[in-house]
Amino acid sequence: MTIDSMPMAKAINAGLREAMNNDPKVLLMGEDIGPLGGVFRVTEGLQAEFGEKRVLDTPLAESGIIGTAIGLAMRGYRPVCEIQFDGFIFPGFDQITSQLAKMTNRHEGHVTMPVVIRVPYGGHIGAVEHHQESPEAYFAHTPGLRLVSPSTPNDAYWMIQEAIQSNDPVMFFEPKSRYWPKGDVDRTASTFPLHATRVIREGTEVTLVGHGAMMAVLLQAAELAAEEGTSIEVIDLRSLSPIDYDPIIVSVQKTGRLIVAQEAPGFVSVGSEIAATVTERAFYSLEAPVLRVAGFDAPFPPAKLETIYLPDVDRVLEAVDRALAY
Amino acid sequence: MPYSDATIQLLSPEGTIVSSDAADEYQPIIDALSDEQLREFHRTMVVTRRFDVEAANLQRQGQMGLWVPSMGQEAAQVGSGFAARKQDHIFPAYREHAIAMIRGVDVLDIVRMLRGVTHGGWNPVTSKNFHLYTLVIGSQALHATGYAMGIQLDGATATGDPDNDEAVIVYYGDGATSQGDVSEAFVFAASYQTPQVFFLQNNHWAISVPVSTQSRTPLYLRSTGFGIPGIQIDGNDVLASYAVTRKNLDEARAGNGPRFIEALTYRMGAHTSSDDPSKYRADAEVEFWATRDPIARFETYLRGRGEGDAFFADVATQAEDLALDIRQRTHEIETPSTDKMFDHVYSEPHPLITVQKQWLADYEAGFGA
Ligand SMILES: Cc1ncc(C[n+]2csc(CCOP(=O)(O)OP(=O)(O)O)c2C)c(N)n1
Ligand SMILES: [Mg+2]
Repeated sequence: MTIDSMPMAKAINAGLREAMNNDPKVLLMGEDIGPLGGVFRVTEGLQAEFGEKRVLDTPLAESGIIGTAIGLAMRGYRPVCEIQFDGFIFPGFDQITSQLAKMTNRHEGHVTMPVVIRVPYGGHIGAVEHHQESPEAYFAHTPGLRLVSPSTPNDAYWMIQEAIQSNDPVMFFEPKSRYWPKGDVDRTASTFPLHATRVIREGTEVTLVGHGAMMAVLLQAAELAAEEGTSIEVIDLRSLSPIDYDPIIVSVQKTGRLIVAQEAPGFVSVGSEIAATVTERAFYSLEAPVLRVAGFDAPFPPAKLETIYLPDVDRVLEAVDRALAY
Repeated sequence: MPYSDATIQLLSPEGTIVSSDAADEYQPIIDALSDEQLREFHRTMVVTRRFDVEAANLQRQGQMGLWVPSMGQEAAQVGSGFAARKQDHIFPAYREHAIAMIRGVDVLDIVRMLRGVTHGGWNPVTSKNFHLYTLVIGSQALHATGYAMGIQLDGATATGDPDNDEAVIVYYGDGATSQGDVSEAFVFAASYQTPQVFFLQNNHWAISVPVSTQSRTPLYLRSTGFGIPGIQIDGNDVLASYAVTRKNLDEARAGNGPRFIEALTYRMGAHTSSDDPSKYRADAEVEFWATRDPIARFETYLRGRGEGDAFFADVATQAEDLALDIRQRTHEIETPSTDKMFDHVYSEPHPLITVQKQWLADYEAGFGA
C-alpha cells in the first residue's frame, strides 16, 4: 500500500497526471491552466510535463471551451475542461446542456462524448460574487450528463480518473473549500465505483446525506450529536447523477429519519429530488418528514454574510432536533 | 444589388465565363475539372432541387412536421460540397441537403428527422464525414473548430499531401453570424490556426429578419478582425463556389490557417414550411434573385459548351426517380419503438434510464392484458 497525505488539489493533480500517462488521448483545456497551473493550481506542472498540445491554455470563452471539446471528442480525444469558477459556467451552459449532453443520443450511439468538465464550486472561501456558487441542480436536471463530487483527497484522486474513463460526459464538481485540507490517498487501488454512495459514519437514529464540502460539516454535526447521545449515520452521495439510492434507503429503513444538506439553494435542488424519491421508496420507514438544510433561496450573499447563508453545524443540528421531535 | 467589387464571380448570370483579375486567379481550378465533373455539378443541383420540392409536397401532405427548403442555394452548396476532399469533415447547419447528397447520406435520413422519427441519427463516419444537422444556430461552428484542432493534434494535416491532409468545412447562415458561438469559433480557429473553412451562406434572411439587422458591413469583412482572411463570392455561381472553396480548403490543409467565405445567395422559398415570407419581403427582391437562378445559369453554360438535350433529359429522369423513391420510402417509414426514447441517452448503463424504460414497458403491456 502506498499511502500519501496530500490536499485535494494535489490529489486531483496526481489523478490527472495518471490519466494523462495512461491515455495519450486525454487533454486538458481551460483558462490559465498552463504555466500558472490554474487559479487553484490544480493543473500545476502538467503543461511543463506533457506539453502545450496536451494542456491547452484556451481563449477566455466558456462556450468555446466546451464546444471545441465536443469536436475534439468526436475526433477521439478525451478532453478535461476546467471552468475557472462555478459562477462562470453559464456562458458554456448551452454547449453543455443542448450539445454535449445530447450528442450521443442524437447520433443514436454512433458518437460518444468522453468529456469531463471540472468545476470548482461552493462557498467558504470569502470570495467576490460569482465565485462561491453551487450550480449542480441545473446540470443534474439534464439527461445525458453524469455529475459527481468528491469530498476527500482519496475520492478526488480516483474519481477524476474514473470520470475521464467514462464514455459519457461527466461534470466533476470540486468543493473548492476542500482543496487545501490534507487527507490520505491510497494510490494502490480504487475501492469504490464512481457512482456509488458511501456510508462514512454509522449511526442509528438520524441519517444525514450530503456531498462535497457539506461532508465535513455533517461529520462534525454527527460528532457533536454523539456527545449529546444522538447516534447519526452520515452518507456521502459522491454521485449526484445518477444517485445511488440503495444505501440511503437501507439507512432510512434503520434510522427512520433523513436530512439532506447542501450549499445550493433548496428550491428544485438535488436535495429536493432525494427527499421526493426517499419518500416514495421508504414511506413506511419514515418517522419524520425528510428535511432539507440548504443555502437560502437568495443569490449567494456578499462574503461577509456567507457563514450565515451556508448551512453550518448548528443548522444541521437544528434540523436533527426537528426530525427527532416527530 | 448585393454584389460588390469584391464579389468573386466566375460565371455571369447569363452563363458566360467572367474574366477579371480575381476570376482569372481561380480559372485554372475550373480548367482542371473534367466534363463529367461539370455534369455532376449540374446533376446534383437539379436532383437536390427535385428532392426539395418532393419533400415540401410530402410535408404538405402531412408526412412531415416541417420542411426546410434549400431552393436557390444549390450552387453555393454543390460547389463547396464538391470542393471538399474525401478526407474532409463537413459540419452542416440544417439546410445543406445538396451536400448530404454529395457525401452519400441517404437523404431519407433528413426526411426521417423532419418527420419526427429521429434527431438525425446518421453516422458521420459511414456518411463520408458528413456530420449531423444542428438546429441550435451557430453551435456547430465550435464543434467543427474542435474537430479541426483534433486533426491538427493528430498531425493529420499540413504534411504537404493534399490528397490525405485533412480539413474541416462548417456551414451556417447570415443570422448565425450574430451568435457568440460563431465569434468564439473564429477566436479559437485563429488562435490555434486550425485547418478549416467557415462557409457562410448569406441567403439574406434569418427567418423574417434581413441581413442588415445582423450586420451593417458586408459579412465577409467580419473575420478580418479575428485574423482570418475573408472572401466574398457569388454564391449562385457553382464554379466560384467550387474554385474558391477548393483553394481555401487547400490553403487551410496546407497549414496556412483558417479561412472565411461568404457566399451571396438567396432563399427562394420560405424559411421553413411554417413560414410566410409574404409578410416580410418584397416580390421585387425575389424576382431579382429569380433572374440569378443558379441552375438556369449553369445549364446555359453547359449548353454553351456543347452539352445536348440528352444529358438534360437524363438528369430530369434521374431527379424524377429520386422523387419517386423518396415518396415511396417516406410512406414506409415506421414509427420508432418507445424504447428509442431511452436508447443512447448514455453510452453506459444508467439506473434512471433502466428503471423508466422497464416501467414504461410494463405500463404499456398493462393495456394489452
Ligand atoms: C439559438 C437559436 N435561436 C433561434 C433559433 C430559431 N431559428 C431557427 S432558424 C433561424 C434563422 C437562422 O437564419 P440563418 O442563420 O440566416 O440561416 P438560414 O435559416 O437563413 O439558412 C432562427 C431564428 C434557433 N434555431 N436557434
Ligand atoms: Mg439566412
